Amino acid sequence: MTLTTSAIPTDVASSDSALRRFLHGLPGVDQVGAEARAAALATRSIKTDAKRWAIDTAISMIDLTTLEGQDTEGKVRALCAKGIRPDPTDASCPKVAAICVYPDLVAIAKEHLGDSGVKVASVATNFPSGRAALPVKLADVRDAVASGADEIDMVIDRGAFLSGRYLEVYDEIVQVKAACDTAHLKVILETGELATYDNVRRASWLAMLAGGDFIKTSTGKVSPAATLPVTLVMLEAVRDFRETTGKQIGVKPAGGIRTTKDAMRYLVLVNETVGDDWLTPDWFRLGASSLLNDLLLQRHKLSTGHYDGPDYVTID
Amino acid sequence: MAGKLFDYAPAPESRAIVNIASSYGLFINGEFVEPIDGEPFKTVNPASEEVLAEVTAAGLQDVERAVAAARAAYTNTWSRMPGRERAKYLFRIARIIQERARELAVLESLDNGKPIKESRDVDLPLVAAHFFYYAGWADKLKYSGFGDQPIGVAGQVIPWNFPLLMLSWKIAPALACGNTVVLKPAETTPLTALAFAEICQQADLPPGVVNIVTGAGETGKALVEHADVDKIAFTGSTEVGKAIAKAVAGTKKRLTLELGGKAANIVFDDAPIDQAIEGIVSGIFFNQGHVCCAGSRLLVQESIADEVLERLRRRMSTLRLGDPLDKNTDVGAINSAAQLQKIRELSQIGEEEGAQRWSASCEIPERGYWFPPTVFTGVTQAHRIAREEIFGPVLSVLTFRTPDEAVEKANNTPYGLSAGVWTDKGSRILSIANRLRAGVVWANTFNKFDPTSPFGGYKESGFGREGGRHGLEAYLR
Repeated sequence: MTLTTSAIPTDVASSDSALRRFLHGLPGVDQVGAEARAAALATRSIKTDAKRWAIDTAISMIDLTTLEGQDTEGKVRALCAKGIRPDPTDASCPKVAAICVYPDLVAIAKEHLGDSGVKVASVATNFPSGRAALPVKLADVRDAVASGADEIDMVIDRGAFLSGRYLEVYDEIVQVKAACDTAHLKVILETGELATYDNVRRASWLAMLAGGDFIKTSTGKVSPAATLPVTLVMLEAVRDFRETTGKQIGVKPAGGIRTTKDAMRYLVLVNETVGDDWLTPDWFRLGASSLLNDLLLQRHKLSTGHYDGPDYVTID
Repeated sequence: MAGKLFDYAPAPESRAIVNIASSYGLFINGEFVEPIDGEPFKTVNPASEEVLAEVTAAGLQDVERAVAAARAAYTNTWSRMPGRERAKYLFRIARIIQERARELAVLESLDNGKPIKESRDVDLPLVAAHFFYYAGWADKLKYSGFGDQPIGVAGQVIPWNFPLLMLSWKIAPALACGNTVVLKPAETTPLTALAFAEICQQADLPPGVVNIVTGAGETGKALVEHADVDKIAFTGSTEVGKAIAKAVAGTKKRLTLELGGKAANIVFDDAPIDQAIEGIVSGIFFNQGHVCCAGSRLLVQESIADEVLERLRRRMSTLRLGDPLDKNTDVGAINSAAQLQKIRELSQIGEEEGAQRWSASCEIPERGYWFPPTVFTGVTQAHRIAREEIFGPVLSVLTFRTPDEAVEKANNTPYGLSAGVWTDKGSRILSIANRLRAGVVWANTFNKFDPTSPFGGYKESGFGREGGRHGLEAYLR
């Protein structure tokens, strides 16, 4: 049994069995312990200046997302405006990290975001199920990249992963990464379908070995989506991966993060698991749609001392 | 690790919720009374050295009066009351404790120095749970297997590390079985016991069923040696426990002792490593290491020792030491100047004996009693820090090569209160646990308590069990 910081064998991806040997040699995760640790960190009390910092940091880390069949140009345009200037009454409010849309809406998002600095992220690879032939998935990726996506959020083939065909999952990520060209690749593990923390740790390492720039919990279409313990296990994985390879990988919990309190708990988790190096939008993102408005309400509350009604934040 | 960007602002729990009197008498026969021959002494907040209140060290005559009150209550009321009626009082006490939990948690942290997150999330829920649990037993004693008759008057002496929790471990089973008690809380932490006295009044507990005599060793000695006490229950140091055993020898008194420990926390190379690190940390730094069952000896398999230590140090650097009332504090104050002195001495000895000392760098407040989380590596079985109970946030790390060696080293101690085993292999957990001579063996966790689970020691860690059905035995005949 080897621990994570022992070197990765050079032939780790040479066969299914080599990959299996490595991934199954990673230390196990004790479910009770991992959940207890996440729950303990969730009791941190974030007040005043710390809360102010956390709210602004959380806003700047949001991948503001709309992934619905009913999405239209109008909806995306509204979201882009919101992302660039979340609080029209307060110029000091940071902009979000990215707008996250389906591939066919990337061009529209790109047009409206312009040189604002807000990136365009696109889901791809037949999101959310990932059930399509590889050439179709790659075409999906290339289309999004050609339309101007800065970041691609791919889904792994959970079916292959769960049936132990790790090499297939690995190869697919490698090819998607190649299709991304210069776009950043976020690899969605869909942890709600992987079921165990051991699987989350293995899938995290698999995605990092294959060249993902970010590992992301969920599509938001499967319940449970992001949870604190899952994110904890993924943060431990990126920490250990950097220690082993020197390469830093980002983390993105997505789905189910709705309140300021939720967001602060994720930031506490980052702070006490991997620290300052990950506390920027370059290395940690929050995939969310309704979270932003709650952050804005709490931001107002901190500056004015009272809560505004929901009519004082924009509904997009 | 926990870095500079996200700096948690102070988040102090308000102490306005507690109302501490400037001085306290003794709680005898349902009333707070002035002492006959007792002397006043002060109890301080160990985090600031501020005097919190003046309390009374009960003298011989005070103890006499308390035992007489307990005897009268035993004979006239409590032992005659049907179990289901006694249960009502215990349920009521449990509910009042829950209602006043926040207040009691703050008071506990003020007097003891433990972080509010522990008094709030660990101590108080367990205190209430203990009363609820034994309340449920009160009308079912004949199914306990230990008889259904009470013993009489119990003299109970408790330590300062979990003041209210140890009170509940002592009082709840005693009362459920129909005994009455005279309880002596520790000298440095009397305040929550006095608050509990108020709760007894609030619950309309018949006078004399619970009597609380504050004081130090002399008061405890008077109680232990009192001829009309039928049962002694003591939790504290092995040294005092031995003295009590001598004092009680040759009398009709029954005795249970829960004493010191030097628990081995055994980490195998297939352990769930991140959770094992958490378990090592909570094993020794929980409650500043003032825990008789603390995992103060880390036995780690040699093949992973370096990596475990590196991860442990990294984790220790995130521990937040400071104001016990701050909700984000992980490590609070050492309970007393005397205890701090003892921890310093043993740590000094550890260095002199050649072990390597490493402490997390943390800012130590100017006032109060503090000791940073510390780990000693290169420790051998021959070192005093591997043998003696330090009762502070100091971990001694030893290594082993095979399961047999782990068991041998773990058992090679005069103590035997608790132990921990970390491995992903279920069969190994069972085989190792069977061979460990310790009252509690935790598997892939540490320092977890539950009122339904018996707790107690082997060898010099004492005898008798508290908690669970087993905990009734000491109070029934």
